[in-house]
Amino acid sequence: MKTAKSPEVASAETPDKRGFYGKFGGRYVPEILLPALDDLNAAFADVRNDASFQQQYQTLLKEYVGRETPLTYAGRLTGHFGKARIYLKREDLCHTGAHKINNAIGQVLLARKMGKTRIIAETGAGQHGVATATVCAHFGMSCIIYMGSEDISRQKLNVDRMRLLGAEVRPVESGAKTLSNAINEAIRDWVSNVDDTFYIIGSAVGPHPYPLMVREFQSVIGTETIDQSLEQEGRLPDYVLACVGGGSNAIGMFYPMLDYQDIRLYGIEAAGEGVQTSRHAATLTGGHPGILHGSLSYLLQTEHGQIAEAHSVSAGLDYPGVGPEHSFLRDTGRVTYTSVTDDQAIEGVRLLSSKEGIIPALETAHAIAYLHELMPRTRSDEFVVINCSGRGDKDMETIAKFIKQP
Amino acid sequence: MSLFITAGYPDPGSTVELVEELEASGADIIELGMPFSDPLADGPTIQYASKVALDQGVNIDSIFEMVRAIRNRSEIPIVLMGYINPVLQYGLQAFFLKASSVGVDGIILPDVPPGEFPEVEALCSDYDIAPVFLVAPNTSEERMRIVDQASRGFVYCVSVTGVTGAREGSEVSLSVGKFIDKVRKNVTQNPILIGFGIRNHQDAMAISGKVDGFIVGSALIDHIRMVYSRPDWIRRTGTFVRHLKYGVKTGSDKSE
Ligand SMILES: Cc1ncc(COP(=O)(O)O)c(C=O)c1O
Repeated sequence: MKTAKSPEVASAETPDKRGFYGKFGGRYVPEILLPALDDLNAAFADVRNDASFQQQYQTLLKEYVGRETPLTYAGRLTGHFGKARIYLKREDLCHTGAHKINNAIGQVLLARKMGKTRIIAETGAGQHGVATATVCAHFGMSCIIYMGSEDISRQKLNVDRMRLLGAEVRPVESGAKTLSNAINEAIRDWVSNVDDTFYIIGSAVGPHPYPLMVREFQSVIGTETIDQSLEQEGRLPDYVLACVGGGSNAIGMFYPMLDYQDIRLYGIEAAGEGVQTSRHAATLTGGHPGILHGSLSYLLQTEHGQIAEAHSVSAGLDYPGVGPEHSFLRDTGRVTYTSVTDDQAIEGVRLLSSKEGIIPALETAHAIAYLHELMPRTRSDEFVVINCSGRGDKDMETIAKFIKQP
Repeated sequence: MSLFITAGYPDPGSTVELVEELEASGADIIELGMPFSDPLADGPTIQYASKVALDQGVNIDSIFEMVRAIRNRSEIPIVLMGYINPVLQYGLQAFFLKASSVGVDGIILPDVPPGEFPEVEALCSDYDIAPVFLVAPNTSEERMRIVDQASRGFVYCVSVTGVTGAREGSEVSLSVGKFIDKVRKNVTQNPILIGFGIRNHQDAMAISGKVDGFIVGSALIDHIRMVYSRPDWIRRTGTFVRHLKYGVKTGSDKSE
């Protein structure tokens, strides 16, 4: 049996004081934002050791989000492959239907502590926007959500939810009209209103301390999974899978496990129509290091350093960048990053729905789809955990369109 | 007076001639924007100009060629302004080597504030390219001194908390009035040029007593966009620039 030694030791070094994970990360932002990042860094450092903040956060996770989320044994899915046992970490059961709310609660609490009155956020799939709007409604705050108009049309249900929750959804018309453009517009808003505005980033991206902050607020996923694995299987998992867009559900799952070297970690990106085509979002597989949205990380870009348009059937993975810590973990080899296509992801939705009665989000379905490759290599005395990052209600229109096709 | 245009806007073929006209009309410094796909400190005007330039294939090599051509005819100081990623992909060392060999005088990288990317600052000094850094209304006095220390050529004082682009009414002069004394007190080794939001001669005059010069970008590009369909758009742009610098001489003078 593997022992649950403290995972703090080796990983405590990342990021360094200046926000670097190896060479990745940093704070490549206009001068105007530096005071805001300094304030944020100081406030975040305070709340990490502030018992009353932590208690408020934990109480909301328990009583409002519904944590802890179960670790569900997927018996029929296991039977389908006939190899290692498969478990699902059920972030889809979080209030609002995805892991995003773990982070939104943390950052809204921090904003309140800092006395910021105006909340802005970007969203791709709409899950982070819904989570932010939800937490703001809970606290009687208003918020503005930037969303690419392409995403507005493919995640309409979530747009209606945000509006019902009282958020103002501002369509973004530039570039591919998806997540990356929404982040640009949110940063421009922040630059213009930096004194009273708190920008809640929805993934493990952006300038320091955002990737660290998002990691910390999402680490509850991995911490619970470790405890539940010990309780249900008497040991730690052999394989852990998570989908990677910007990388928040993945880093939340992986970070507490990094020092348990026997756990094999897999991050699954969106290969869109194929990594050999120009229409994909597999940043760590097909990109090169560069600077976007305040940090150095792998990026999809042209030879001239212009940011390329990403493509994925899932709006939440449709981003040409990735969190800097994932770039670091890719280069150190601690995590294996791989990708699956749009078609495979749709097949993943079908598989989990029909075998387990759980309709996953299209993002999550990428991790499910990777089972086809992974499972033949596993043994029946091993077990796999998949981070089931969200539920698929928001994707029903897109899924129905695909499934109708011959 | 420093003028900003996006290299290759409105078309790559006219940048050299346009710069000549800007100089003849009173520009003391030319800031050439290196277009980037995701200009997150820029408002709609420069976003638009960047896209037009990129759609016509402008890249760092073609910008270096433009600088070389300008240098054949003029000694006007040229400062390149752009985001770091295209520079990084070009290769930092190669970029600074080439920039200095074609006659670039300075560089402004809005997403590289002092201290966050030391290698860039070292290369500026190795290749004798003046690094121009920015101060903003919310910059602390201590930080202003750091920016002054790190900069050469001038310090770019951002007039308002926001992105580039023309501003309404007297927003710029009101904002500048509130913090310029602090800038003067702490930025002592470099001239202070103020930019963002300046539309016309009155805007410039309202603030110019307090600083060493001003920068116009978006308003110039907006003007070019308006007159570009005319065959004599470059000459008309020259008129606009003279009005910017010297004011409109007579009430009947119809400027564009
Ligand atoms: C359910 C779900 N999973 C995953 C993601 C991808 O984001 P990240 O990589 O930050 O977890 C999203 C983003 O919208 C999502 O909604």
